Amino acid sequence: MGSRVFILLAIAVGAAVFALSLLVHNEYFFFAGYVVLQYVVLATAWNILGGYTGYVNFGTAAFFALGAYSSVALYKLVALPLPVLMVIGGAISGLVGLGTGYLTLRLRGVYFAIATLALAIVVQTLIVNWDFVGGSRGAYIMRPQQVPIVGNYIEYLFLVMLALAVLALATARAVERSRLGYGFSAIRDDEVAAEAFGVPTLRLKLLATTLSGAFMGMAGAPLPYYVTYLDPASGFSLAYAVNAVAMPLVGGTTSWLGPLIGALLLGTVQQVATVTISSAANLLIVGLLLVGFVIAAPDGIVGLIEKHWRARRA
Amino acid sequence: MTRRPLLEVEDLSKRFGGFVALEQVNIAVKEGERVGLIGPNGSGKSTLVNCLCGTLRNEQGRVRFEGQAIDGLSAHRRIRLGMARSFQLPRPFRSLSVGDNLRIPLLYAVSARTGVRLSHAEIGARCEELLRMVGLADKAARNPLELSQVEMRKLELARAIAAEPKILIADEAMAGLSHSEIDDIVALLRRLNEGGITIILIEHIMRAVLSFSERVIVLVAGRKIADAAPEEVVRDPEVVRAYLGE
Repeated sequence: MGSRVFILLAIAVGAAVFALSLLVHNEYFFFAGYVVLQYVVLATAWNILGGYTGYVNFGTAAFFALGAYSSVALYKLVALPLPVLMVIGGAISGLVGLGTGYLTLRLRGVYFAIATLALAIVVQTLIVNWDFVGGSRGAYIMRPQQVPIVGNYIEYLFLVMLALAVLALATARAVERSRLGYGFSAIRDDEVAAEAFGVPTLRLKLLATTLSGAFMGMAGAPLPYYVTYLDPASGFSLAYAVNAVAMPLVGGTTSWLGPLIGALLLGTVQQVATVTISSAANLLIVGLLLVGFVIAAPDGIVGLIEKHWRARRA
Repeated sequence: MTRRPLLEVEDLSKRFGGFVALEQVNIAVKEGERVGLIGPNGSGKSTLVNCLCGTLRNEQGRVRFEGQAIDGLSAHRRIRLGMARSFQLPRPFRSLSVGDNLRIPLLYAVSARTGVRLSHAEIGARCEELLRMVGLADKAARNPLELSQVEMRKLELARAIAAEPKILIADEAMAGLSHSEIDDIVALLRRLNEGGITIILIEHIMRAVLSFSERVIVLVAGRKIADAAPEEVVRDPEVVRAYLGE
């Protein structure tokens, strides 16, 4: 299936999801659905760097919150439509991704992971001390009640995040099947050999950090409008970093399908747990599932299915 | 036709901390030549290959390829110029199939050099042809980790050939191979050489080196101690001493 066909198909699936969701007359569905879709984007973005090139990023929260806080800053300056805020948030996080990549990609393995963790702390410290966006007090956002055409604002947020999820998945899939995807795989498997056989490893890694950071920033940009009150503790929540790593690992890191499955599964389980058990149970569930998968299915759900298919064919 | 120098190494030195791996090595390889590079374990052969191909940076000395100084160029730029190498210990891309392993140099080295983007089908056909060349045609869809050590060496060699190099540096491509397989690989390298590819063969199997090479270079403890026709080199007392002791 060509990339163009896939994009059309993805858009069709996205539209169908939205059409079906309109049948639901419960506003909570959109609140919960938004979070799940946001995780689809975050997991897919994380996987472009972490899954395809093998560089583990623990700093998802930094890129995500940068997108969110760029919206807060812009909200105070000018009134811009949400999609524009997302493009700007994506651009800022993408640039930070590029910079981070340039400074840290000479580090490998666990050292790179630690550097991204440090980045999250540095960015959080900066935001906490930046009074204009509320500092540690946080910032309030007044969101409109209604949006033209769509109507309800929360449905609009849901639709926007759905569109971003479609875009992220289509991008990830296009990357995967392209020359770039082969280059990323080569880097993940053996960086020295990749370089020796012609792959410009530094440039490709920078592309991956930029693309990954940009999608995280885009996912974060609507957050202030979703929560209406944003403080650093929620913007930089540990949950983002943990989920962005756990979801692709549970789903499978080698294809675009893995983060999608992982995010839908873990995201939904967490939303259900929040309502039925307690919101504190969220990360515990993720942790337990992650441990289970690392032991029983290290290649994730996609890996498990592939293995099953191969065994049946042989 | 007078043969132009293709690869020139001048006073190349490489240190790892206090250990001198290569000291003032001078080598010139002419276009179309078949050169053997031998030396005891730890004599600096692989370090030399790494310095030539950009995997390691040499602190001192100069490497020229087709007259152009290439010191400081990254490894991917060097293979794009036409210098390909195989790794002594095979380093396949584990998550790619055997066939797809060959795609990497085809996608990244060949198309970057020629400026021609090969189509998916053309690349597929080329991969198949290369695998046939080294006798791995029936393993194209396998994972490289399922290959035997010997097959991995063949894959390693095929991957270097896939880059369509001007010079091919084969770092112990024959270790562990049987007599007839060695003959196959030597014949393959000869065919490539007849097709215009300059070849540096690094090998412990003397039978292969002596039959293949027009000239043999001997490295001992990071220094070049001999550089002559194979029959002269084996009679060289210094070489004999290095290999067999006093």
